[in-house]
Amino acid sequence: MSFVYEKLMGGKQGMVGLIILSALILVVFPMFLDSFRLNLLGKYLTYAFAAVSLVLIWGYGGTLSLGQGIFFGLGGYAMAMFLKLEASSPENTAIQSTPGIPDFMDWNQITALPWFWEPFSSFSFTIIAILVVPTFFAFLIGSAMFKRRVGGVYFAIITQVISVILTVLIVGQQGFTGGINGITDLRTLNGWDITSDSAKNIFYYVNCVLLIGVIVLSRWVLTSKFGRLLLAIRDKEDRVRFSGYDVANFKIFIFCLAAMISAIGGAMFTLQVGFMSPSFVGIVPSIEMVIFAAVGGRMSLIGAVYGCLLINFGKTVFSESFPELWLFLMGGLFIAVVMFFPNGLAGLWQDYGHYVTDRFTAIKNKILNKSTPSNDSAKKTLPETELS
Amino acid sequence: MYSNTDYTLAVEGLTVSFDGFKAVDDLNFYLDKNELHVVIGPNGAGKTTVLDLICGKTKATSGSIKFLNQELTELSEHAIVRAGVGRKFQTPSIYENLTVLENLEVSYPQGRGVFGALMFKRTQTVLDKIHEIAREIMLETELDTEAGLLSHGQKQWLEIGMLLIQDPQLLMLDEPVAGMSVKEREQTAELLNKISMGRSVLVIEHDMEFVAQIAHKVTVLHQGKILATGDMAEVQNDPNVIEVYLGH
Repeated sequence: MSFVYEKLMGGKQGMVGLIILSALILVVFPMFLDSFRLNLLGKYLTYAFAAVSLVLIWGYGGTLSLGQGIFFGLGGYAMAMFLKLEASSPENTAIQSTPGIPDFMDWNQITALPWFWEPFSSFSFTIIAILVVPTFFAFLIGSAMFKRRVGGVYFAIITQVISVILTVLIVGQQGFTGGINGITDLRTLNGWDITSDSAKNIFYYVNCVLLIGVIVLSRWVLTSKFGRLLLAIRDKEDRVRFSGYDVANFKIFIFCLAAMISAIGGAMFTLQVGFMSPSFVGIVPSIEMVIFAAVGGRMSLIGAVYGCLLINFGKTVFSESFPELWLFLMGGLFIAVVMFFPNGLAGLWQDYGHYVTDRFTAIKNKILNKSTPSNDSAKKTLPETELS
Repeated sequence: MYSNTDYTLAVEGLTVSFDGFKAVDDLNFYLDKNELHVVIGPNGAGKTTVLDLICGKTKATSGSIKFLNQELTELSEHAIVRAGVGRKFQTPSIYENLTVLENLEVSYPQGRGVFGALMFKRTQTVLDKIHEIAREIMLETELDTEAGLLSHGQKQWLEIGMLLIQDPQLLMLDEPVAGMSVKEREQTAELLNKISMGRSVLVIEHDMEFVAQIAHKVTVLHQGKILATGDMAEVQNDPNVIEVYLGH
């Protein structure tokens, strides 16, 4: 674990991993995938935000949150509310008994836009709400829990319960939230058709850039004294407390940051997939997010992204051929990873990756001995499978 | 209710009861500046509980703990540390996955808030201080070693160093030489004698030979109450002490 840390500190290897990930998602995938597959990949990459957030709160913070779906959902719903209001202009909804309000409200005999929907007609308010509302909500939960020294399995259960409550609330308040169907039939963003292929391509790239930005931000946090304190708190909470730190504040901060990151993912999900529903808020998605992080490696920001892609790719392939087996398979995979590879893909790379690097180094040396000019290209191909 | 004093630490009428059992019972206890005071006593006498009470880990049922005339019983743990009280735990409590240098850096009394910690920079001043402390605790050559790989004795020293870097006015050590070799004990005694200059030190210890080497004053605790206080010779000859503790 400490060498993961040193890598982050050293920066060079971490940098290589980041460049390879960027190259993959920004260049290689768009080059070889058709528009449909790329959009699907974009959807997976929105889950990667939640996986990265779990590396922060769970891997480094040592506190398992089974409620990242809450924040993913809040971000997604905020974006969906804005898009839905734009899609519900009086002209578009002229056939309703109350034109100008979202269709599901009309079906539920609601005759005026509820007060909490109104500010979402502003795009700038929506962007701020996506970032602030989930963070503030996390602040409330975090303050209530961490200041009272609630942690570990209790925290996990409570976050899970909150995600259930939120799901029940969304489903129950059909007239305000769209209920079990969620908020659907989203069309335009400030007049720009978001269902077109070109819009989806652009969202894909925006998503990738945001994801890389989030990873860089997280890495900065983790390599600061704050990051070392997180590890210290995870190991010896009392020692940190009796070194003059208010431990709860550190946990609250990382939980809030994790919530904000998940919310960005949720908002990007709505934009790329074109709807938001309670099935992305509850227990199942929240636990899936934990599995992404666990499989990728909960101490590795970049590993979490690969874990997310691998699991979702598996899900797509297997659920096409064996739909009823997939959940068992994923459960089995999770148990296997926790038992045999506690550090996930990133851990595997750290343990066995040197065989690959050694071979590349050997090849590189061969090339170097024969002709010096090919130096650069050899270097670039060297850590192709770098994960952490 | 409790008057001000010239003492570094003035404990008066301190009582804590767990479900009716009084682990510490109406304790009065004073610690001078530059004093190295050792608390001894049989198992369950309430020694560790006293340290827990002073550093805020356990809340007192009644009584007062004044540190430089500041009431500690109402402060939270981190505020007590920031006031200048450092406490070493019985089992070495260090961050095993961080290096010795990082252990000391994390304990450096700067950047203690969330944003302070994000912005904290490892400046030359910080490094100089870390080196100075590492020299004092005999770990200067081990700065880049992962703390988990240190010997048991070195871990104890590292934890003492993590407290020293905060320059506390009161240093409390719970069994600092437990599990140490004879040579390490001697080195620790030397270290404690050195660091008690300029600050007050409160030590809990079982090893009487070691106590004789370091103590300016000794207090014997028994069933939450003070049995005897004085220098080593006085305490050793006290008939009550011989009866309940040393005699056995």
